[in-house]
Amino acid sequence: MGEHHHGPAQGISRWLFTTNHKDIGTMYLWFSFAMFLLGGFFAMVIRAELFQPGMQLVEPGFFNQMTTLHGLVMVFGAIMPSFVGLANWLIPMMIGAPDMALPRMNNWSFWILPPAFLMLASTLFMEGGAPAFGWTFYAPLSTTYAAPSVTFFIFAIHILGVSSIMGSINIIATVMNMRAPGMTYMKMPLFVWTWLITAFLLVAVMPVLAGAVTMMLMDIHFGTSFFSAAGGGDPVLFQHIFWFFGHPEVYIIILPAFGVVSQIIPAFSRKPLFGYASMVYATASIAFLSFIVWAHHMYTVGMPIAGELFFMYATMLIAVPTGVKVFNWISTMWRGALSFETPMLFCIGFLILFTLGGFTGLMLSIAPADFQYHDTYFVVAHFHYVMVAGAVFSMTAAVYYWLPKWCGRMYNEAMGKTHFWISFIGFNITFFPQHFVGLAGMPRRIPDYALQFADFNMMSSIGAFIYGASQLLFLYNVIATVLAGKPVSDEKVWDGAEGLEWTVPTPAPYHTFEEPPAVPKPAGTI
Amino acid sequence: MGRVFSGAVLAFLSPLAAAQNQVNMSPGVTEIGADIFELHMLIMWICVVIGVAVFAVMFYSIYAHRKSKGHQASQFHESTKVEVAWTVVPFLILIAMAVPATSTLLEVYDNDEAELDILITGYQWKWKYEYLLESGEPVAFFSNLATSQEEIYNTDKKGDNYLLEVDEPLVIPTNTKVRFLVTANDVIHSWWVPEIAVKRDAIPGFINEAWTRVPEEGIYRGQCTELCGAYHGFMPVEVHAVSRDEFDAWMAAKRGAAAAQTQLAMQTLSVDDLMDQGKAVYDSACLACHGAQGQGGIGNAIAGSAVVMGDLSNHMAVVAKGVSGTAMQAFGGQLNDVEMAAVLTYQRNAFGNNTGDVVQPGDVNGMKNG
Repeated sequence: MGEHHHGPAQGISRWLFTTNHKDIGTMYLWFSFAMFLLGGFFAMVIRAELFQPGMQLVEPGFFNQMTTLHGLVMVFGAIMPSFVGLANWLIPMMIGAPDMALPRMNNWSFWILPPAFLMLASTLFMEGGAPAFGWTFYAPLSTTYAAPSVTFFIFAIHILGVSSIMGSINIIATVMNMRAPGMTYMKMPLFVWTWLITAFLLVAVMPVLAGAVTMMLMDIHFGTSFFSAAGGGDPVLFQHIFWFFGHPEVYIIILPAFGVVSQIIPAFSRKPLFGYASMVYATASIAFLSFIVWAHHMYTVGMPIAGELFFMYATMLIAVPTGVKVFNWISTMWRGALSFETPMLFCIGFLILFTLGGFTGLMLSIAPADFQYHDTYFVVAHFHYVMVAGAVFSMTAAVYYWLPKWCGRMYNEAMGKTHFWISFIGFNITFFPQHFVGLAGMPRRIPDYALQFADFNMMSSIGAFIYGASQLLFLYNVIATVLAGKPVSDEKVWDGAEGLEWTVPTPAPYHTFEEPPAVPKPAGTI
Repeated sequence: MGRVFSGAVLAFLSPLAAAQNQVNMSPGVTEIGADIFELHMLIMWICVVIGVAVFAVMFYSIYAHRKSKGHQASQFHESTKVEVAWTVVPFLILIAMAVPATSTLLEVYDNDEAELDILITGYQWKWKYEYLLESGEPVAFFSNLATSQEEIYNTDKKGDNYLLEVDEPLVIPTNTKVRFLVTANDVIHSWWVPEIAVKRDAIPGFINEAWTRVPEEGIYRGQCTELCGAYHGFMPVEVHAVSRDEFDAWMAAKRGAAAAQTQLAMQTLSVDDLMDQGKAVYDSACLACHGAQGQGGIGNAIAGSAVVMGDLSNHMAVVAKGVSGTAMQAFGGQLNDVEMAAVLTYQRNAFGNNTGDVVQPGDVNGMKNG
């Protein structure tokens, strides 16, 4: 043991064999950004084909491969790993721990991701093409009627599931065991709370997804009939299993985003979060409700009316804790001393657009109305308001907010603000008109459409190209910051920032909190 | 380029100007459609009011409580009164929403006392309609996309009902409670006509119910709304609602045609008849995958094919049962004996295949049962 003990290893082995939470966090973040660009590229193909009515660039079968891979890559490759990367970087620093509880497993849970996505992407070059049954892969389109590449898809999903479960176990173990003395549960920053609850959701539902794809594998290769009525099975069973995973999954995506926003809004309001305890309870309520609302994705499958009513009422209830969150953020801003640096702009963008997505979510929960909304572009607009303007905007805010702490350099504020405004405008040009075409009757997942939808689709495509291009500005800004940004050395980069991560030097050294810190004040007070 | 540019400009301006850019749900023509529309508008306006109130507070704060204006942050947090209020009030609003939602849902589910039952079966990528009648010749037919490939691939001008037109629409009588029994033959589809507010998933092995009572004569169009494979975007629904008299006349004509087909199946047809009808069947069922000249495409070539020129019963088995794991679907349930005989004859003699084989409806029936 020499002096090198405290520094990273040299060369590629640093990254291959690292057990350091900061290195692994960095790898997760870069990997997820690469996937964001790949999934975004697929989206550009989709929007280019939909620019005008008629088939122009791709064939219908390939179009379906694009929509499928876009969804899978964005959900499993971009959004989920990005928040795991954030958790890796921040949770140990926020709770005063030296590292994650299970560092070798941490390495493994990252390194199985790239091969899984390589395998998924390679299906594009296989005979019969990539999976073309949508990211929801409803049977029997995804079993009896799927291209042979579906087997590779199933294997990829298994690996992603293993990665997520390992990552979540690590987070649970870290939060439960590694908190500095005095860091009680109700003093933890909300980002840690939201991730703890998210990790429990992941451990609960990823095995269900694994079960679903295993049943598919059996149906395809081993002659079972789980999802085939002809053999005594049930295609609707697939949807129940999928959405029992799938609905908690959307909260898995959005809860860490809530956590991020709950850190950033108080910092730039220079005022404690209005209701810390009620935010924790609201998060837990949302997590609980997420398990009993899954069939609201299935109002048209022909459920008995009692089931339909139960899922409608339960789904409507989610509006209550979600409303509590929005009210809390706005009360936090109320009579603060607000400033509008890039992270705050993205959080305000989140607040407005996520709330709009919440409203359309409430509309979708109303079962009889859903008979008209279901599987139209209205749904597409809804979930992009919550997934992109919700999860992606908050993730972007997080990068701008913590990047100076990570690398000790300040990003270019003017470029950051430009990125925000182009993103905000581009996003709304893309997705707002999709509410209109959806209500007017345009189904989702179609490569070509009737003429009355043409104008809004062209508008949507133009917005998508703008939004897509603005992400390259983000990439440039981050790289320029890491390589040559203006150095910052204040421990507290932002004057309103609170929490243990802002007590370590800037940039954060390779090892932090080898000695547990003193925990002075409860979170949520200044 | 100029066209694209003017299109882009139009796209930004036209929501204000052009009427064809529908921005809201249509109440449609049925009572349920109107109820759903009212419910939709009610919830939307409640959301708008809440949204305006919440965002007004936020924007006031953004305007007034700026650090750059020298505003000092107050440090208040937590207030049980406020927190109870913003939990209870939304809950009460939700109850107010749930009441009309429940009553409308009960209406949607009231499938009783239908005067006409129609079985709708989704196929990749067409709909089959079967009128379930108590007596007489059954009436059943397929409804295919009528838009031409030339329109889809931009070599012909697109018609007004581009992608929303079929070769044979569903015909229903007005002011009659029609019950739809919805199922599928292969993958899951979903049968949707916005103007009559009916959307039901078509699930293989299950039969779902839905109903409508259309008060006005007219043509109502819709599409499949569940991803069902490559041509999901190309299986529209077209419903013609006609007066009771017109419906009865249409039904009588349909029955006559069905009876004639049954008659035909017992006869020996001339080669010319078989070839003519065979070409018609080929063009609607086979051409998209196997090519206009039998040259192949998505499917194998028909011209010179070993299957087509080989053993007849194997040829028919492939057409009737499909080839699992490929795009070749089973046409057995879609073609009657006359059509099957005709298309087999046509494939065995067209495109230079010249086998000289003639397949009669009786042969098809024999192979089916033997």
